[in-house]
Amino acid sequence: MSAPLVEVSTISRSYSMRSGMFGRATAVHAVDGVSLTIARGQTLGLVGESGSGKSTTGRIVLGLEPPDRGEVRFDGKPMAAPGTAAWRAQRARMQMIFQDPLGALDRRLPVATQIREPLDIHGLGTPAERAERVRELLRAVELTPAHGVRYPGALSGGQRQRIVLARALATKPDFLVCDEPVSALDVSIQAQVVNLLADLQAQLGLTLLFISHDLRVVRQISNVVAVMYLGRIVEIGSADDLFARPEHPYTQALVSASPAPGRRSAGRIVLSGDPPNPAARPKGCAFHPRCPRAIARCASEVPALEAVGGNRQVACHLVTGAATRDAA
Amino acid sequence: MPQLVSIRDLRVAFSGVPVLRGVDINLHKGEALGLVGESGSGKSVTWLAALGLLPRHAKVTGSVRLEGREILGAPATELDHVRGGRIAMIFQDPASALNPVLTIRRQLCEALALHRDLQGNAVKAEARRLLDLVGIPDAGRRLEAYPHEFSGGQVQRIMIAMALAGNPDLLIADEPTTALDATIQAQILELLSTVRREMSMAMVLISHDLGVVAENCDRVAVMYAGRIVEQAPSNQLFADPVHPYAQGLIGALPPLDGPRRRLTAIPGTVPDPAHMPDGCAFAPRCALAAEPCGLAAPSLAPIANDRTVACIRAEASRRALLGIAAE
Repeated sequence: MSAPLVEVSTISRSYSMRSGMFGRATAVHAVDGVSLTIARGQTLGLVGESGSGKSTTGRIVLGLEPPDRGEVRFDGKPMAAPGTAAWRAQRARMQMIFQDPLGALDRRLPVATQIREPLDIHGLGTPAERAERVRELLRAVELTPAHGVRYPGALSGGQRQRIVLARALATKPDFLVCDEPVSALDVSIQAQVVNLLADLQAQLGLTLLFISHDLRVVRQISNVVAVMYLGRIVEIGSADDLFARPEHPYTQALVSASPAPGRRSAGRIVLSGDPPNPAARPKGCAFHPRCPRAIARCASEVPALEAVGGNRQVACHLVTGAATRDAA
Repeated sequence: MPQLVSIRDLRVAFSGVPVLRGVDINLHKGEALGLVGESGSGKSVTWLAALGLLPRHAKVTGSVRLEGREILGAPATELDHVRGGRIAMIFQDPASALNPVLTIRRQLCEALALHRDLQGNAVKAEARRLLDLVGIPDAGRRLEAYPHEFSGGQVQRIMIAMALAGNPDLLIADEPTTALDATIQAQILELLSTVRREMSMAMVLISHDLGVVAENCDRVAVMYAGRIVEQAPSNQLFADPVHPYAQGLIGALPPLDGPRRRLTAIPGTVPDPAHMPDGCAFAPRCALAAEPCGLAAPSLAPIANDRTVACIRAEASRRALLGIAAE
């Protein structure tokens, strides 16, 4: 197997937050010791609730923010220093798609101009080649040149997200970070965009980091899924297997909380309590105050992410403790 | 079961553009009805119109009867008794529905004073009971807190407490969990079904999430472009949808278990309300559309016990679905 395209090793990022105007600054650990690898042409899904650090992880992987600790390697090389020529060349190979396409587009420019912009910035091709590339990109996202002359306001939500996708693909990137790309779309349009993304990935051999709170969409598109809770990965494994047999109590609750037509809610795990505040992280396992199975050890000792067979890794004393006992 | 609300041919137009194009709904006492559909399909407008909550420039016609009494266009004094007292409503964004500079106690007691004949200490005791009922811990002390001191899930619980203040017969929950995280969504839905059982209250759950509606409602109505296109008991609708749009919505939902399949996306987009196609509004996106579909809009017709569908190709659509299942 070839080397992974993206290797993230134990990255951490904290922000300082003040409570009130004169309050003391406290450190908020948005991401805390996250390691990931994404193989070429594969999709890694990142799920978690608000404040779990999934978007921050995406921004660090893309080099939009430096990590406080840890390292991101892209195609075997560490990320170049921001602003250098090497950094610009690397940035052309990795792109991002955001949740709100209207916010990501300039309302006062025709969309074709915006698709062309990355080509101008990175100086790719002659003007005629750039114009041809824009037509090609519009076709790739199943739009016509007639859509290109319109302004974002004259397009529907799904069409705008296609434009954002076309622009991200303009520089022929190897790697896309998609942060909640379909969450703002209606379900029938969501399916169009998910199918399109899967087709483009297959055609172009793209590697994806797909961030979403929607387990169904993540499973549909991902090979491997990582579940985050308060800045840490609590479980990671292959997509089908992870959702069919979740091991971590938090993953179990998430899967069980996802309502399904035709499935009765009997046996649903309803967690008590609110999602914890990243500024006041509980000691030990961050999930223990809400965990239905927590034991004394969970409140004092942070569980490490350990392999439990197959390609599954879980950070939970109850799961990894039992596995070590079985092995002994 | 006796009928609670009956809506007949409800139509709404904003400055001449029709957004609701003839909606009929019957709601029985204690029943949970789900309304699903995409943005702009008219799910929320139906109930805002029924309760007289739309701005003045909206043109509303039709009939909305609450236990036989017409409430559409009723005088404000009568509507004030209905809104909050008989029919309460909660919204997607609970934080903006509360006043940030008043304590929870002030806001809950205001609702109680308006709708219940309570005096002095009884009001405060009732406010505390309501907070307890919706699962806010340490209710007595938390009554003195301001909205920003609560989390998103707790604010939605407080909104539910306020909606329950008038002992309503019907609760309209408009996307009550859309802004909440998955584990908090599960808590709020469980709370809604508990209070509904305890108070034998009817509920209309408006949601774009088919799963949420399927699990929490007895009956579901699917809306498209200002009309109801299919209406059925929830288990039947999800097991055997008949309208091509309902089939499309269910096919577009990625499964959480079993083999992965390519999603069956519905091509195209929702029609612009100012330029509605002639005939069936879904025809331009429908795989089964035939020539007659473009001539006249189909009306809701019964196809089985307690099931109606507005599609002249319903039989063909059902056969197509069985064909797919047989493969």
